[in-house]
Order: sequence, then C-alpha cells, then structure tokens
Amino acid sequence: MEKNIIIKVCMGTGGVASGGEEVLEKFKEMITKSGLNVKIDTKCNAQKVGCRGFCSKDVLVDVIVDDVKTTYKHIKPDMVEKIFNEHIINGVPVNEWLAGSEYNDFHNKQTKVVLSHCGDIDPEDIDSYIAVGGYNAARKAILEMSSEEIVSIIKNSNLRGRGGAGFPTGLKWELGLRIKSDVKYVICNGDEGDPGAFMDRSVMEGDPHSVIEGMIICAKATQSNYGYIYVRAEYPLAVKRLQMGIDQCYTRGFLGQNIFGSDFSFDLKIFQGAGAFVCGEATALMRSIEGKRGMPSPKLWRSAERGLWEKPTVLNNVETFANVPKIILNGANWYRKLGTDRSGGTKVFSLSGKVKNTGLVEVPLGITLREIIYDIGGGIEGGKDFKAIQTGGPSGGCIPAELLDTEVDYESLAHAGSIMGSGGMVVLDENTCMVNTAKFFLEFTQAESCGKCTPCRIGTKRMLEILERITSGKGKEGDIELLEELGNHIRATSLCGLGMTAANPVLSTLKYFRDEYIAHIKEKKCPAAVCRDLITFTIIEEKCKGCGSCKRVCPSDAIRGTRKSPHRIDKELCIKCGSCFDACKFKAILKV
Amino acid sequence: MVTLKIDGKKVTVRKLSTILDAARKLDIPIPTLCHHPELSPYGGCRLCLVEIKGSPKPVASCTTFAKDGMEVITTSPHLEKLRRTTLELLLSDHPNDCMVCERAGDCKLQELAYFYGIRENRFIGERRSYKKIDNNPFINRDMEKCILCGQCVRVCNEIQGVGAIDFAYRGLKTVISPPFEKDLNCEFCGQCVAVCPTGALTGKMWANKGRQKFKEVETICPYCGCGCNITLHIRRNKVVRVSSKEDSINGGWLCAKGRFGFSFIDHPDRLKKPLIRIVPKNQEFDSSETKKQDLLKNFKEVEWDEALNYIVTKLKEIKDRHGADSIGGFSSARCTNEENYIFQKFMRAVIGTNNVDHCARY
Repeated sequence: MEKNIIIKVCMGTGGVASGGEEVLEKFKEMITKSGLNVKIDTKCNAQKVGCRGFCSKDVLVDVIVDDVKTTYKHIKPDMVEKIFNEHIINGVPVNEWLAGSEYNDFHNKQTKVVLSHCGDIDPEDIDSYIAVGGYNAARKAILEMSSEEIVSIIKNSNLRGRGGAGFPTGLKWELGLRIKSDVKYVICNGDEGDPGAFMDRSVMEGDPHSVIEGMIICAKATQSNYGYIYVRAEYPLAVKRLQMGIDQCYTRGFLGQNIFGSDFSFDLKIFQGAGAFVCGEATALMRSIEGKRGMPSPKLWRSAERGLWEKPTVLNNVETFANVPKIILNGANWYRKLGTDRSGGTKVFSLSGKVKNTGLVEVPLGITLREIIYDIGGGIEGGKDFKAIQTGGPSGGCIPAELLDTEVDYESLAHAGSIMGSGGMVVLDENTCMVNTAKFFLEFTQAESCGKCTPCRIGTKRMLEILERITSGKGKEGDIELLEELGNHIRATSLCGLGMTAANPVLSTLKYFRDEYIAHIKEKKCPAAVCRDLITFTIIEEKCKGCGSCKRVCPSDAIRGTRKSPHRIDKELCIKCGSCFDACKFKAILKV
Repeated sequence: MVTLKIDGKKVTVRKLSTILDAARKLDIPIPTLCHHPELSPYGGCRLCLVEIKGSPKPVASCTTFAKDGMEVITTSPHLEKLRRTTLELLLSDHPNDCMVCERAGDCKLQELAYFYGIRENRFIGERRSYKKIDNNPFINRDMEKCILCGQCVRVCNEIQGVGAIDFAYRGLKTVISPPFEKDLNCEFCGQCVAVCPTGALTGKMWANKGRQKFKEVETICPYCGCGCNITLHIRRNKVVRVSSKEDSINGGWLCAKGRFGFSFIDHPDRLKKPLIRIVPKNQEFDSSETKKQDLLKNFKEVEWDEALNYIVTKLKEIKDRHGADSIGGFSSARCTNEENYIFQKFMRAVIGTNNVDHCARY
C-alpha cells in the first residue's frame, strides 16, 4: 500500500528561531534512515514552508497522511523520532503534542487572502507557487488584458494602500498609467519598521512570489519597465527568498525581456534598506534608493509624476501587491465584497501583547476589534481585564474598552484617534500604565525622526522629556496642557507622516486615560503600579510568615527581619526591582 | 501664469512658482529659515506655514505651488502661534549665547526671536553638545548653533558640486558633518558660511574682529578675470571680512581665494613697489627667498617711473640687437579682459611680435 505523506515544517523567522531547521534536518534524516531499515512504501517528502502566523506555538509541524492533516506545536528535534515512529510508521498521532482546537480556532475564524499560501507552500520553490495557481494572474494580465482593464479591476476592487495611509490603489495606478515618460518605476515598499509588526515580513518570507507577481501586474498596468523591492537589510530571510524568487522568474521568462512571450519587458531588483524607520515613508525611500540620505522630501510633485530619479513612480506596500494576483483571478467583486463599502478585502494584523493567541491574523475589513481580540486572539492572557488596544504602531493610538466594537477600517480607526497603519495591534491589559505606553512609543519615534523638520526633531524630544518627568514623579501642573499643545503642534506642522502621527500615542491616551496622567502628576501615583519611581513595596505584617524568601532574592539588602517573624523593607535601600514581590508565596508584599 | 490672492491682494506669477515666491513678489513677509531662492525647496523649518482656503491644515508656502484661484492667508492668530512654538522649539536646542556670538545682529534666528518677543521658553530640555574638532584654517563650525536648515548641505551639493558635508544621525542627535565626523577637508569656498542663517558656520579670519560699525566697500575681486563682485567689510582701515551680495553678477557665490584670501592686503611681505635686480647677472642668488627683507638683498625698491623707464630701455636694447621676435609677452588671467587686450595690442603694435600668450590662452 502506498501512502502519500507530506511533512511541513514552519520555517518563517519565528520557526527558524525556534529551531525549525534542526527539526527539518531530523525529519529528513529519519526519512533516509527509514527508507533503508524500515521497508515501508511511502512517498515521503519533508519541506520548508513560510510562517503560518501562530508564532507563539513554533515550531509548528504539519504531518499530512493521504490528505489528512495533523498539526503539532512546540516541536523540538528530539521529539521528531517519536512522531515519525508512531504517526508516520504506525499511523497513530502523538496526541499530547497536537496543536489542537486552539490552533484550528485561531485559523478558522480568519479570512485568508494574502496569507492563503503562507505556511502552505515552499517559498523557495517557484513550482510550489505555480502548483497553487501562481503566475496565472500575471500571465492573464500580460497576455490577455490591457493596462486600462487592469486598472479598472483594481479600482473596482476597492483595494486601498496597505502601508497605512489607505490611498486607493486603483487611482494611484491610473495616474501612473496616464503620465507619459520613457522610464517609469514600480516600487514595492518592504521597509516594515513598526515595533512588533511582521505582516510584510511573513508575506515576503512565506509567499515571495505573490509580491513579485503583483508587481508584474502593476508594471503592466502602469506601463513601467523597471521595478525595485525595497527590503530592510534586517530581514535577511526575506531578502534571500525574494532574490531566489526573482532569479527563478528570470529563468522562467516571467521577468526580463518579453515576459510570457509578449512584447512587454519588466526588470526587477532588490534594494536593501539600512534600517532607518523613516525610509518607510515613500519619498525618503526613493531618496534612499537614489543613494542619498533617507529623508522625506516636500511633496511638490506626486510620486506618480516625479518619483524615483524624478521619473513617474508607483509605490505600494508588500501586502497591497500580494493582494493583486488574487483580485485579477477572482475578480473585483469578490474582493470588494470581502470588506466594507469604503475599503475592500482583508487586512493582515500582527496581534501581540497581553492576548492569549499572538501571531498574524488576516481578517476582512469591517470586523470589530472585539472579534479580533476575543474570537481570534482568545481573550486576555491570565484572565485579566482588557484595558486598551494600540493599533498602527508608533504612529497609532490607544483605543479603550468602550470602543471595542469599533469596526476595523481606515476611517473608523482614525475617528477613534488611532490609525490603521501597517497593521500592528498590541493588546494592553489592566496592568499596563498608559503614560508609560505612550512614552515607549514616543521614545521610538523621536529617535527615528530624520531630523529634517523642527517640530518632529525637537518637538517629539520635548514631549518625551515631559513624559519622563511625569512618570518619574516630577510632573508639574500644566504638563498635560503643554503635552496637548505640543502634540497638536507637531501634528499640524510636521513635514511627513512620521511627524504628523508621532504624537498620536500621547494624544489618544490623553483623550481616553487622562485620569492616569492626573494621578501621576497630582498624587504621584501610578495606578497600574508600573512606573518604578512612583511605586513602593511594603510587607503586610499579618501575612508575612518570616520565611526569608524575599530577603534572599533582594539584590540591595533592603529587607530586614529574623526568621519566623515579619520582615520589613527599608525604603531607602529598596531599588524597586520587584524581585521580592515575585518571590513571596504568601502574597504578603504590597505593590502600590 | 497663475493668479492667486494672498491676504486679499491679487498677484500673478509664473507657473510652478511657490506661494512663497508669490508672497515675496507682493513684499508680504513670511518668516523662513531654511529657504534660499537659489537652492532646491526644502520645507524643513516649518515657519513659512500659511493657510489656504479649503485646505484642512496649514501648508508650507515654500514647498507648495501657487495655483489659479488660490486664496492664501499668511498671518492669523493660529499661524502666529504655530510659528512662535516652532521658534521656541528651535531656541530650546540653541545655546542662546548671542552676547558672544559672531553673528549677533546678523542672525536670522535672533531676528525672528526678536520679532516674536521670545524671552522665556516653555520647552527646556536636553541640548545637543558638539565637540569642536575643526583645525581647518577657514571655517569655524559650532554645531550647537545649527538649526539644521540644510542650506549648507544644499549649497555644497547643488551650487558648488562638492558634497563635502551631509546630515548624520537621527532625531535630536542629527548633525551636519563631513564624512566620518572628521575635520572639514573641502575646497573651502565658504559658500556654506555665506548661506548659514545663524552662527553655526563662521569664517575663522573674522572671528572676534567686531560685529558692528563696519564700512562697506563694493569692489571687484582681484584674483581672476571672472570679476566677482565683493564687499569689503572695513574697520579701522583694515579689511576684516569679505562677502558678496546675492544680487551681484556672481549671485553672491565666491571661491576660497575671493572669500578668505585677503590677508595679503596688510601683510608685511606684500610688495608695494617695483623691484630692480641689483645682484650682477653672472652672480647666482638664492631664489627660494620669500621674505621681503631677504628679497631686498638681491633687489632694490624703486618708483614706478624708474621701473618703467628701465623696462623701456631694456626692451629697446633687446629689440635693436636681436629683433622684435626675441621678445615674448606673457600675461595673467587675474587681469581683466580689457587689460589683457591692451597687453596683446602692446606686444603686437608696439613691440612688433606675435609672441604673446596667457595662462588661459588668447
């Protein structure tokens, strides 16, 4: 009897970091060994796949026996032998390691368009992509469709820029097509830099061909013959897989001269960014490709008129391009219906923070924040209360519990004081200090300001200094008003999107969590007991058994007391590290 | 041509003019720190923000094209508040040591702070600190005073074509720097010094030589035939500084010699009178002598009449004995066209030879 067995090992960055390569090697070794010793007639093939979004459970391994898929979680190389012997040879899955219903729920409640092949196909093999219908859309676009037809489909699909600003993609392409020039460029923005965001990374690593195919279609739609994929050098795996993809496309004739045998030519190159957050801004990105310092330029001209090297340029985000082949194949209406009236399709978010299931989620636009957090994310970790969700990365804002039923689309999130952004979502629970959270994001933006315009360069630094003052108990009367004025000033006067949105984390928390700011300034207290300068540790005498656990872990010898009698913390010596709090088994230490 | 209204006044400007260009045409003041009419639009200082009817937020007038029918407001309580806050931010990262600053009285930042009456600053915080490493002979770079308007970077790239400096680092730490933060090693044209709106870039030669009560004398640079217009800043009959006006034929741009090379004027070694050799012809003398007092061992100082008579006698002698073609004339590019013309005329018509040449060729 011949069994068809496929083993898929997650080799996204999360998978590789958790030891995916070793797991894959072990499987390959077992296959070779069993082929010699065990006379079992199996067609067994272990392959690497990209990220499937559920990174907290890596290394994830699929074992598919005659189309029946079983998924294992947290697999280490030493577990491979057992899986191989029991499941693959004897046909009995190893129940204790199964990813289980949690894994299935996480995925079943999503709508996968961009991520449909991520984690399923081998990203380093073009045939694996072609086997699932890859390059059919590009072939159709090049051979059967006119540029105008492609533009009109994209316009009708209601696809909007997934980089964050949400500019209608069809309109951008239409303008790109209308402007005549001997040289035009198509650029893919893969400079994903928001802390905690890894949507584009997963697509580039898990399904690089979908991005390349989207770019080929865009090139045809805008009559451009040259393209760049701008990827940050911190994504070496994405760079490697995209380069492999491009090389494979050149070999097959999908890129280069006369692609698919037509008279259309398109050359595509990778440009590696050197790690400046601001290079995600379109004009800074183009300056960077030109070899100049990545600084945003004033928008005297639109990129579609004068972009890279002063030539008409259409620039879209990775996720935007990855949507395009699917729209061409399934039609504009299919895509449009997935989303809301104003924005079609799905959006990938990287869900992280204090939520049970962290990872990549792809949902139709118009879904509520509550559905994402509770149905897909599985609710708050440790059964704690939800406090806020931070969307849009450092340029976004915090949305409080009372707005959990906000629909996720560009306008609704902006109305709530945040932004869609590129798709970061950080869930914050009751133990999060909102002032501290705002400070964290501002620390990032002020350090990443390119330094060109005054409000962003100096203004964000001054805001950060005020926040540092507040969280260290030196807040003054009037600080809140000053923060608000400065925040609005930076928003109104900055040159580029980085500056215009830099104050969002502060302004949105001031709007929804103003009382926390007041508590920090007036009562010198941090309600969530996070800001170190504002908390104190005290031992509750009645609860203290005098076991000495706290004394042993205290790094500054601040705890005094004899065995079996209540201990005390010397506040002068205490450095507020919290070790005693964690060490006490009797909950006798009070943190306020 | 496009016609728009600024503060209620109609103005017609060429297509692709900015709102700032149009406002300047009407002589409406809009404060700027990073704008320079000869350099590419920048939009960094954010002081030139204006309101456009129908636009949700203010725009930078230096980087927005004027459009037909546009209605622009250049001043309003909201705009003035924004400008004032931006200035406060700039001053919060500035040494504010105008008392001892070379540019006091001639500083755009100081002038704006004066107009906006900024004495107290609501924003106090960390300031950049810059360790001076400039051992170059011409330019003092005090980056703590730099407001990052980028004019020096642009002038170096776009006008001079040198690219000796650029931005380095990010955020508050951003600084204009030569490569690898080394000492400035460029052609020292000083264009950057000329465009710097503050005391960040100043000439070493005029440091601590005074800030007021200069006599300004308009003249032509003596160094080459280009004939750049220069302004000598004179104090107590000494040239302290050379500058050039933006509306001059050279557009205010000078080279290292024109801008910094004026110390010869009062130099003790400067030759002010003609010299006639006194050492006999067959006797060698040390030609490496450069100090005037050493030179005078071989030469004697004479009046112009004596020198010219000497030349005339000698030229005649040579011409009579060896013929006109035994004489050759060589003139200099530092002379004007007219002077060079006269010289070749003299060689051809008076001496009677075509042996005449010039370092830039006739």
